[in-house]
Amino acid sequence: MNAPTTSAEILALQAKQAILVNALRPLLAEDALLWQPEDTIPYECDGLAAYRKMPLAVALPETEDQVVSILKACHAMQVPVVPRGSGTGLSGGAMPIEQGLVLSLAKFKTILQIDPFTRTAVVQPGVRNLAISEAVAKYGLYYAPDPSSQIACSIGGNVSENSGGVHCLKYGLTLHNVFRVRAVLMNGDVVEFGSMAPDSPGLDLLAVFIGSEGMLGVVTEITVKLIPKPKLARVIMASFDDIEKGGNAVAAIIAAGIIPAGLEMMDKPTTRAVEEFVHAGYDLDAEAILLCESDGTPEEVEEEIARMKAVLEKQGASRVQVSQSEAERLRFWSGRKNAFPAAGRIAADYYCMDGTIPRRHIATLLKRIKGMEIKYGLGCLNVFHAGDGNMHPLILFNGADPDEWHRAEEFGTEILEACVELGGTITGEHGVGIEKINSMCVQFGEHERELFWGVKAAFDPARLLNPDKAIPTLNRCAEYGRMRIRGGKLPHPELERF
Amino acid sequence: MNETVLVGFREQIIEAGKQNRALSIAGGNTKAWYGNPSPAPILSTKAYQGILDYQPEELVITACAGTPIAEIEFALAQKNQILPFEPPHFGEEATFGGVIAAGLAGPARISTGNLRDFVLGTRLMDGRGEDLSFGGEVMKNVAGYDVSRLMPGSLGTLALLLEASVKVLPKPAATLTLRCMSTQTQALKILNEWAGQPLPLNASVWIGQSTEAGELTIRLAGAHAAVASASQLMCNALGAKVLEDSEANLFWLNLREQKLSWFTVLVNDHALWRLSLPANCPPLKLPPEFKSDTIVEWHGQERWIQGPANASTAAIVTQLALHHGGHATCFHNNGTQSFERFTQLQSNPLTLGLEVVQKRLRHSFDPFGVFTTGRLP
Repeated sequence: MNAPTTSAEILALQAKQAILVNALRPLLAEDALLWQPEDTIPYECDGLAAYRKMPLAVALPETEDQVVSILKACHAMQVPVVPRGSGTGLSGGAMPIEQGLVLSLAKFKTILQIDPFTRTAVVQPGVRNLAISEAVAKYGLYYAPDPSSQIACSIGGNVSENSGGVHCLKYGLTLHNVFRVRAVLMNGDVVEFGSMAPDSPGLDLLAVFIGSEGMLGVVTEITVKLIPKPKLARVIMASFDDIEKGGNAVAAIIAAGIIPAGLEMMDKPTTRAVEEFVHAGYDLDAEAILLCESDGTPEEVEEEIARMKAVLEKQGASRVQVSQSEAERLRFWSGRKNAFPAAGRIAADYYCMDGTIPRRHIATLLKRIKGMEIKYGLGCLNVFHAGDGNMHPLILFNGADPDEWHRAEEFGTEILEACVELGGTITGEHGVGIEKINSMCVQFGEHERELFWGVKAAFDPARLLNPDKAIPTLNRCAEYGRMRIRGGKLPHPELERF
Repeated sequence: MNETVLVGFREQIIEAGKQNRALSIAGGNTKAWYGNPSPAPILSTKAYQGILDYQPEELVITACAGTPIAEIEFALAQKNQILPFEPPHFGEEATFGGVIAAGLAGPARISTGNLRDFVLGTRLMDGRGEDLSFGGEVMKNVAGYDVSRLMPGSLGTLALLLEASVKVLPKPAATLTLRCMSTQTQALKILNEWAGQPLPLNASVWIGQSTEAGELTIRLAGAHAAVASASQLMCNALGAKVLEDSEANLFWLNLREQKLSWFTVLVNDHALWRLSLPANCPPLKLPPEFKSDTIVEWHGQERWIQGPANASTAAIVTQLALHHGGHATCFHNNGTQSFERFTQLQSNPLTLGLEVVQKRLRHSFDPFGVFTTGRLP
């Protein structure tokens, strides 16, 4: 996309690269600065492989001082910087900029401190999400947010995306589980958001920093909240012969005053795809399968499982099974956890969406998606965090066929627009990145987007840190054409149209 | 009706902007004493009221800023739901918008989370009079910066909050309150140890003199079975006694509303200070001019002290809080001297760089300074 085509453009880019490399070389170890294409190619995309660009260079600092020097140098040269964690993001947030530097935090992988008394751990941003829970398990504690990529994704990336996971209905998102973030601003200032105290002076900048997609600062240290590991977890697997009944059952559980540890749903095509893959014994006749988990003390779990079972039966579940052992619980979950690789087995490629809607509209959206499957001539698996209305439709396509990719993109965009229309959002946990930047024009009006730019400018007035992500410009929205229309008035009347 | 009110707000804001005048936003005027005093004329949100949407199975309530908080809590109670952060009202007229703008939370905050954790979306009017919406009514939403969560605790210094959507939770199935005598050191140790175990520990407060035995009160909340077994464990460990429900409820309410005699007896020329501290902060060593007994909430993370209301004491308290990794707020000033109520960003080298960020951020919300009352520095 937009690769330099003329020889003049290529020469200009090479000249920029030479200046950048010369400026950064004295700041880093010899092997910590990459600029040859064979070295930088692994960084050309993140988990959203459909969007790729080659950066001018990739820096892999080891210390905060190096991060400061790199940012100061780039600031002075006006070179944009794209921070990167493990590169598992699904929205292209870490996709490089051709004229810019990729700043990888991969070498920041030390757990600096674990304090069971204050239930906190101080970690560097490159530490893997799951590594935190593993390191603190001996104290009976864990770090609650568990994105599906938790074996690989970094905690710094989680902070940038405000990552969620299967258990965030009960335990919250990254925002709810991080006390303090230390970061370097684009001008080289080292600052701390939040603290070990329950609140901090001034405006709550930690709240706006978390989920800011690497556009406000480069994270160098994080203090996370640890919580006691529940003594027991059990899961109910319930089948429904109608997707609407499944959706209603989700609402009924919440209405009964229960907050399950996890509440997930899969539709029939998903169940079939995963059963072939994991052989978990799923009910293949069910139109929808709900996985409903309870955790806590054995007494709590027993009480809650009984209440959830009663609600599910009353809502017309055709089959209800309760896990009788940890092995069985993991088996029930295995399909849900492997939905993505299972999709990969039945289609050459899949495109994962991430919209969130109010729970009561789950059935409505699923029916609409059925219609879209016909419209675009592509299949779709639906697997999602039903408890918080976060949908992950997996659109199946063959990437070798450009028309199929184009239709998949259109299909995805229509799903996101439906989410906004139903009172939801275009992204629940994957972030906007580059992928959903056009859909931001649908969800937010011109003045909201202007204020977002104000937030960006407050931290990074030169707009150098991960620019062109997450927040679309006025012109981009005008070109995109799908805009939010408020009060029957077309936005940007000042702009020319074709 | 509400649309007319909005037109009025817009006119007031635009007019104030033109005249380079600030407006002090007020709801029920129950917390005017909180924050730095401001002589700016009032923009009252009281006329903009009503619950706009409440679907218990969505665990979200959306209401206008001027809605009485009591009305919201009543509506939730009808469906057996609560505002989990247990906000103090500080007066019958307190409004939803005022509660959010103050950003304060009650005893349960230590286990359930802060007010800002529950804010899902907001509708605001910025300093240009623009009507803006951020976030929404869903739990998971990462589209755009989380502007809504900048509002809690901003004391009306960023924008006019028009509406907010807040996450609610089911009322716990069982609650139980225990009380015993304990030293502060012992209380801090055991509370934090228990908080690291899967126990339904909901709130705690210790009241006494730092070196002597004081009164420790603990609230448990959760499933019946969990509360019963935890209560057994704690009674055995501390020799605690179970309080009658009515007595317990009144006690927690009075603590939240600062109606316990410890709070109400505030001598002239003294101030009430709130210290927000890390969990491992030991009992504070206070100079002799301070009231000898203190209140310790949130397993030690929120502490209340009383001392002389003057700038030099403010500096001492701020230094004490900073030394322990926290910050201090002069919550109530019963004196005549005026001094900065909050710990400032420049007092800590690690937040110094955020001062200019905050200034620019305010400017992008409010280019003409309509909300720069200084109530929050």
